[in-house]
Amino acid sequence: MKRITTRPAPPAPIGESVPRRDGPAKVTGSATYTVDVGLPGMAHAQVLRSPYPHAQIRSIDTRAARLHPGVIAVVTADDLPDVNLIYGHAVADHPLIATGKVRFVGEPVVGIVAEDRVTAAEAVQLVTVDYEPLPFVTSVDVALTGDAPVIHDAPGEQRSHRGFEEDIERAHPNVCSHARQAWGDIDAAFEGAHLVLEGEYRYPMCYAYAMEPYTAVATWNEGALTVWSSAQHPYMVRADLAQCFGLPLGAVRVQVPYVGGGYGSKSYTKIEPLTAALALRAGRPVRLALTVEEAILTTRGDAATVRLRSAFDAHGHLLGREGTILLDTGAYAENSPLVGRKAANRLGGPYRIPALRVDCSTVYTNTAPASSFRGFGAPQVTLAGESQMDEAAERLGLDPLEIRRRNVLDPGERPWPKARGIDADLKADLELAAEALGWSEPLQAGHGRAICLSASDAGSEPITTALLRVHADGSVTVMAGSTEIGQGSSTVLPQIAAGEMGVPLDRVHLLQSDTGSVSYDRSTGASRTTTLMGLAIQAAARDARAQLVAWADEAIATDGEEVVEEPGGVRVGRRSYDWGAIVRAWFSADAGEVIGRGYLRRSGATAEMPPFWEIGCVGVEVRVDEETGEIDVVRLVTVGDVGAAINPQLVESQDIGAAMMGLGMATREELIYDNGSLLNGNLFDYRVPRTTDLPELRTVVVERGDGVGVYGAKGGGEGSLNPVAAAIANATYRAAGIRLREAPFTPERVWQALRERDAGR
Amino acid sequence: MHEAVEVRLTVNDETRALRIEPRETLADVLRDRLSLTGTKVSCDAQVCGACTVLVDGLAVSSCTFLAADADGRSVRTVEGLASGGRLSPVQQAFIDYAAFQCGFCTPGMLMAATAILEEHPRPTREQVVRGLEGNLCRCTGYDPIIVAVLAAAVSDGSDGEAGS
Repeated sequence: MKRITTRPAPPAPIGESVPRRDGPAKVTGSATYTVDVGLPGMAHAQVLRSPYPHAQIRSIDTRAARLHPGVIAVVTADDLPDVNLIYGHAVADHPLIATGKVRFVGEPVVGIVAEDRVTAAEAVQLVTVDYEPLPFVTSVDVALTGDAPVIHDAPGEQRSHRGFEEDIERAHPNVCSHARQAWGDIDAAFEGAHLVLEGEYRYPMCYAYAMEPYTAVATWNEGALTVWSSAQHPYMVRADLAQCFGLPLGAVRVQVPYVGGGYGSKSYTKIEPLTAALALRAGRPVRLALTVEEAILTTRGDAATVRLRSAFDAHGHLLGREGTILLDTGAYAENSPLVGRKAANRLGGPYRIPALRVDCSTVYTNTAPASSFRGFGAPQVTLAGESQMDEAAERLGLDPLEIRRRNVLDPGERPWPKARGIDADLKADLELAAEALGWSEPLQAGHGRAICLSASDAGSEPITTALLRVHADGSVTVMAGSTEIGQGSSTVLPQIAAGEMGVPLDRVHLLQSDTGSVSYDRSTGASRTTTLMGLAIQAAARDARAQLVAWADEAIATDGEEVVEEPGGVRVGRRSYDWGAIVRAWFSADAGEVIGRGYLRRSGATAEMPPFWEIGCVGVEVRVDEETGEIDVVRLVTVGDVGAAINPQLVESQDIGAAMMGLGMATREELIYDNGSLLNGNLFDYRVPRTTDLPELRTVVVERGDGVGVYGAKGGGEGSLNPVAAAIANATYRAAGIRLREAPFTPERVWQALRERDAGR
Repeated sequence: MHEAVEVRLTVNDETRALRIEPRETLADVLRDRLSLTGTKVSCDAQVCGACTVLVDGLAVSSCTFLAADADGRSVRTVEGLASGGRLSPVQQAFIDYAAFQCGFCTPGMLMAATAILEEHPRPTREQVVRGLEGNLCRCTGYDPIIVAVLAAAVSDGSDGEAGS
């Protein structure tokens, strides 16, 4: 890792690569995940799923299953008259269990609770469902034709987290949501152009493969609901559960132990409402632990078809961009409307564009629901935008780096009129990537290089709170609603608290992700935790310190001496007092505590949206095998422009992981539907990167202190994924003269393109 | 229901006599009967390596290995790596090099790495890469894991080199 640091040094241990806090638990097997949570009397659930992509349910015969020894409850929609079955934070369209109709293969139809998993699975086999199959559609292109089967007879109610425009009429009943981004005079831009490029690009339907499948444990006590879940956003899940079961928010407790990977796929509500409903009918605590095959059918990423036109002048300056994006959202909206909103915002790229118009529709199909997935629209649209930057460079005789230098936004420049200015020096990032990649070094035959950029309006919304308690012995407890999903929040957040309080790191303890005991955080996603929860913890620390200084003045400086704050406490006269001594003095006892509060909203430094820009700057060198069509990525460069690295080792490790995930999606990963069913919905057939796919890595971490977060931090961890497919496509063009517009770039597709190239010669 | 069978397993040097059903996998027995929940199941199909344990020193996928087939044999799990309160060199290296994030693959990854190091006390990078090809990790991008295993080989008291 190469570090470029121009920011002032923050107080230790902020900025230090301290070992991960979750290390000892995770390397000894003692770390608790949801599947390890067991309760007295806990029963186990299994789900009967639809074998049809689209069907009316005529009847369900559960008699034999109910009589099976060991079965506690058999639950269909008819057994839940007291539950609001439909949920959805963007569009309320998602039944927690099929209500009269199924809309994709794998939709839950019956839930069975038994003494153990095997008995529940046996009982699933004893249920008979009479379906009336309906015409179905599994492709966006067909879903928007006039006589396509309509998947939702009536549009679902739009909710507060919708993320899309409500005033645009649905062009087709299968359109779930629509988002538009537009500025400038687009027609004039294209009329005056020297060069217009046009293309259609496709990004595959992908599966995040968090290695821990979705799991939930639910229990009811005296009308209150407690759920343990593998969820990234416990407070969002709480809101949906409260709505489904008609409970006040305070009566729902969602706790998240360690999460076995998320990458966005565990954002928002998944199986928690169903698990809670099963526990309600069973009258027992219930665990529902999905298999990977079931998890694939629960949430996937949005496949995208992107049509983009770009207008350039003779010097390679962008004049305008016009695009349409269709996202395949599957059977239910889930979070796709927000993905669509972000895709529309991100298609232009981090460039100065006088005019832009992008329309993005999310489209229902009879496939598994799509939702958030690392990158959130950016990988999908960056393939289009960055491919055309390289194509324009070639047509105009410019170096691909030079055309980007000419167009890239300067620090502080606003991508669109009301957006926050770019909080990064992208030109400098490009040079760092070029240096690390060896841009000017000679290339071997059959090799090609490319560097691509992206900037994502990230951070979601600044709705975050934190509590920081200083105890009588001076130790600190931080309470934060952010989840440890592997990104390192359980290490980084205590680092921030220790630095702000001036206490040793081992005196800081963190409680997180429990709606019953820690305070509100909107979500753990959009790379927001270090930045936004970091700010909330800083605010809570400042609040605690201000109270402690006042207490010192009241209880220690009784002769009117000056109280001077110093790291870890105060000085009164010639004597130093640590925070614990002040607590003890104020309470006149070896007891008590002070509670600091931190609130973050759209105000002050976080008034402008987005809260920060997440930068992607990736370089690759590829070798193309003309015989097999295999693309071998031989070198991969990431530039992690994170403003301030609270823990540089963790930043680097996020960047490598993100880039490798991008490499998998660019070269191999794709869920394939055939005749309404998923052909490769398992880990045999859906191949993710392995150790042998790892290229030579060169990582750069850049800290210019230009983010909105503590000491100039801003988010990372998605950025290095977003441009990877575009970089591989552009490098492949340079290596072999073929322009790849449909990911993944499988050997078959590459081989085909090579043949077409040769035929055209 | 099937007839129960009696098995004697030595798990992390402790002998356990159990009555189990023939269909129970080693992962089921470790997790559900012995409360050794460190072993994780992901793909449940012998693809991902998350459930890797050592049976008589050989790395196996416990999700598809019948517990009855471990009768009379010695099983080692992630809970058995540390001894006397000290982490094994490869456990310590995983912490030092941040060779995990979510940690769900980590128990299996550690067991596979332990098997590699027992076979090749001073492995080359290529041996580590090949040896871990059957263990998936979705977080780290693998590089920190490979570096950690090579570093563990060096710190194991031998005089090998990391070769990274």
